[in-house]
Amino acid sequence: MAEEKSKLQSLFEQGEFAVTCEIGPPKNAQGDGIRKHTEHLKPFVDAVNLTDNQTAIVRLSSIGAGVHVLAAGGEPIIQMTTRDRNRIALQSDLLGAYSLGVRNVLCLSGDHQTFGNHQEAKNVYDLDSIQLIKTVKDMREAKVFQSGEVIKQGEPRFFIGAVANPFADPFEFRVLRLEKKIRAGAQFIQTQCIFDMERFEAFMDLARKRGLHQQAYIMAGVMPIKSAKAAKYMQKNVSGMLVPDGIVEKMSKAEDQPAEGVKLCIEQIKHLRTIPGVRGVHIMAVAWEEIVPEIVKGAGLLPRP
Amino acid sequence: MIVAEAKTLEEILESLQGMSKVLVVGCGGCVSVCLAGGEKETGILASTLRMKRELMGDPLETVEETLTRQCDPEYVQQLAKKLEGIDCILSLACGVGVQFLAEQFPQTWVVPALNTLFAGATMEHGLWEERCGLCGECVLARTGGVCPVIRCAKSLLNGPCGGSQNGKCEVKPNECAWQLIYNRMSELGRVELLLEVAGAKDWSKSRDGGPRKMVREDVKIDG
Ligand SMILES: Cc1cc2nc3c(=O)[nH]c(=O)nc-3n(C[C@H](O)[C@H](O)[C@H](O)COP(=O)(O)OP(=O)(O)OC[C@H]3O[C@@H](n4cnc5c(N)ncnc54)[C@H](O)[C@@H]3O)c2cc1C
Ligand code: SF4
Ligand code: SF4
Repeated sequence: MAEEKSKLQSLFEQGEFAVTCEIGPPKNAQGDGIRKHTEHLKPFVDAVNLTDNQTAIVRLSSIGAGVHVLAAGGEPIIQMTTRDRNRIALQSDLLGAYSLGVRNVLCLSGDHQTFGNHQEAKNVYDLDSIQLIKTVKDMREAKVFQSGEVIKQGEPRFFIGAVANPFADPFEFRVLRLEKKIRAGAQFIQTQCIFDMERFEAFMDLARKRGLHQQAYIMAGVMPIKSAKAAKYMQKNVSGMLVPDGIVEKMSKAEDQPAEGVKLCIEQIKHLRTIPGVRGVHIMAVAWEEIVPEIVKGAGLLPRP
Repeated sequence: MIVAEAKTLEEILESLQGMSKVLVVGCGGCVSVCLAGGEKETGILASTLRMKRELMGDPLETVEETLTRQCDPEYVQQLAKKLEGIDCILSLACGVGVQFLAEQFPQTWVVPALNTLFAGATMEHGLWEERCGLCGECVLARTGGVCPVIRCAKSLLNGPCGGSQNGKCEVKPNECAWQLIYNRMSELGRVELLLEVAGAKDWSKSRDGGPRKMVREDVKIDG
């Protein structure tokens, strides 16, 4: 049986500036890629997020992927969206995941299915992300299922995460949203990818005014961009992401675009570390997981505890 | 009202295969207001079907009738005397009307001419929008009179998801319901209300509890 407490939580409690990254599970039934990535990334990050059918495209499940991470000696954070499962399935999967040694869960509402490869699917949304957060907390603290029925023994004791998107609208409401998630039980927060520093700083200002940085560990999300084309694509097509023109321009002018993307990302991390209340970074190198070590090194975040 | 739209002519023709005399029944209720199944649409559909079948070398005879409402046994019974020699009823009512006809006339084949869409209203000429998901436990008092259950693509009850941008939902081109809720709450100075965590909804009051019935003892006439 794995240890009861999440390693990530312990690191935060020790005051470490945490580093996490993301592995997107494959569109097949093979786990070796996840294990390989984990082996490779393990010395550079404290935990690895496993996305849950992101952009509503069918992939190996986040819990399955999390078990591969564990097998390779990594610390998984499973992402769990409320798009595809009702409260019965969500709780059942939480029990299963915990029994397999998973200790961190990130609760999300999930991208709408119209983005994905099964657009004719029925969505569930029995719970929203906040209600899921509360359910996970109640299972741990009150030792009850969502229905109120008591969990007599062996309750799952997850370290609970949520996301915040400082770049979505209505802006003024985003901090209140965050507060609400924390009230519901979120202990750590991973933000959407930050490109617009000014807006993020404004967001953190408001968060600090409400004391939220003392109530949850806020991790700033970053994404290394591989090319100017990718930057433009995200600017136009990814919902809830703000990519300033300045970044697109810098990428377009660079001779070596991937190197420029890495450089920008490192600069961002260095800057983010100076913002009060930021307790870690979450590196989302989508389909570019192998670049993470270089970024962590460049940002001066080695050695990891 | 209940908003519905016509099925394609191909689909209707297919459902009438092998029928030579059809009773085409319109409805004077909601579907008449949303211009899908009133007297006028009934007439047009019947004549279009006759022409099409004529061209197909398989002529069709139609009898037309538009009831005040198809979701009312009293009106539906008026059709009884028209069923002589009829192979099939084609109903231009919402799904409720179609089922009422089927229930009232167990010996007669009944098919729908419309797709029933939603509970909504006319926004402008030619535009109808959904407003209520008939969830059985209305939350509008908490959301400033804007329904998150049906107008948010994810039925979120605690605020906007990360996809809301510039007032638009991540499912384009819809408006983000939570932006609308937020705007109204700010204008009315009640944003703080949105900080309350709304608990899990009781979907058993919605259609997830199976088909619903409403009983009011106070107005029941006991025999
Ligand atoms: C880091 C990150 C990882 C992601 N991973 C995945 C993934 O693996 N799979 C996938 O499908 N999608 C993923 N997404 C996409 C995400 O689910 C979508 O962006 C979704 O559209 C947005 O919801 P959300 O998850 O960002 O926020 P959510 O956490 O779902 O936020 C929406 C919820 O916020 C609530 N809320 C929070 N605070 C408040 C408040 N104060 N007042 C009112 N309401 C509040 C609302 O109730 C609503 O339920 C990810 C996004 C991010 C930022
Ligand atoms: S909350 Fe329920 S009853 Fe009220 S408008 Fe929305 S769907 Fe209809
Ligand atoms: S963008 Fe707004 S309306 Fe669309 S799913 Fe998100 S919260 Fe709901």
